[in-house]
Amino acid sequence: VAGKPDPVTGFVVDLKWLKDVIEREVLTAYDHRHLNLEVPEFASKIPTTENIAIAIWQRLEPAVTAAGGAKLARVRVYETADIFAEYRGPQDGVPNERSLLFGAEEQVFVSGVKSRGGI
Amino acid sequence: MIAYFGRRYLMSASHRLHTDALSAEENQAAYGKCNNPHGHGHNYMVEVLARGPVDPETGMVINLAVMDEAVQTRVLDRFDHANLNHDPMFTAVVPTTENLCKAVYKLLQGSLAPAKLEYVRVEETENNFFEYFGEAL
Repeated sequence: VAGKPDPVTGFVVDLKWLKDVIEREVLTAYDHRHLNLEVPEFASKIPTTENIAIAIWQRLEPAVTAAGGAKLARVRVYETADIFAEYRGPQDGVPNERSLLFGAEEQVFVSGVKSRGGI
Repeated sequence: MIAYFGRRYLMSASHRLHTDALSAEENQAAYGKCNNPHGHGHNYMVEVLARGPVDPETGMVINLAVMDEAVQTRVLDRFDHANLNHDPMFTAVVPTTENLCKAVYKLLQGSLAPAKLEYVRVEETENNFFEYFGEAL
């Protein structure tokens, strides 16, 4: 996620909040599941790592946006330690008003890594 | 739908940091131990990120095998277990990891169709790394 640090807390987002959003929106649906058979978006799309990154973005973006603070900036999914895919949203490469307005402002990125259940 | 696909590759190579533009003392001051006459080695980690539309049929930005083939033939066959100073790309350019990053970028540019090269990242040690995004930045 990317945004301006809160002047009081110094946080871009509360890490615990982000962790809970990821748990609720993604991990409960994906963790220990057969992606093809048990996750609805992969009934019609092949669960390549690219498509998993896109699907996770689509699951997280409404919740992050609704919170009104930081914006979702990217989702990176590691398939192995050496292979990964990334998605930066539908506006990637499309110049828009927002990026022109806010492009020069200071932004801080925060990433979270959440361990899998049972590990 | 634009997405990214990345992969990490290992290669081992040696180099000596030295430029004829500087005196022996100046080289030593600029590069320290890395200026020792017989060079030294690194296990480099080369990370390649490709950017492009996700193919609606395959669900892929680029086939992993296409990237592997390009990196193997253009980069690893050339630099792995080689002395970088002996490579024509480094006759007039000091083989710092910055310049290695740029060299790898140049060698891979245009080889990842239908995706495009987004960046090359080279980790020289666990704590030193370099990234090159091309000249547009």
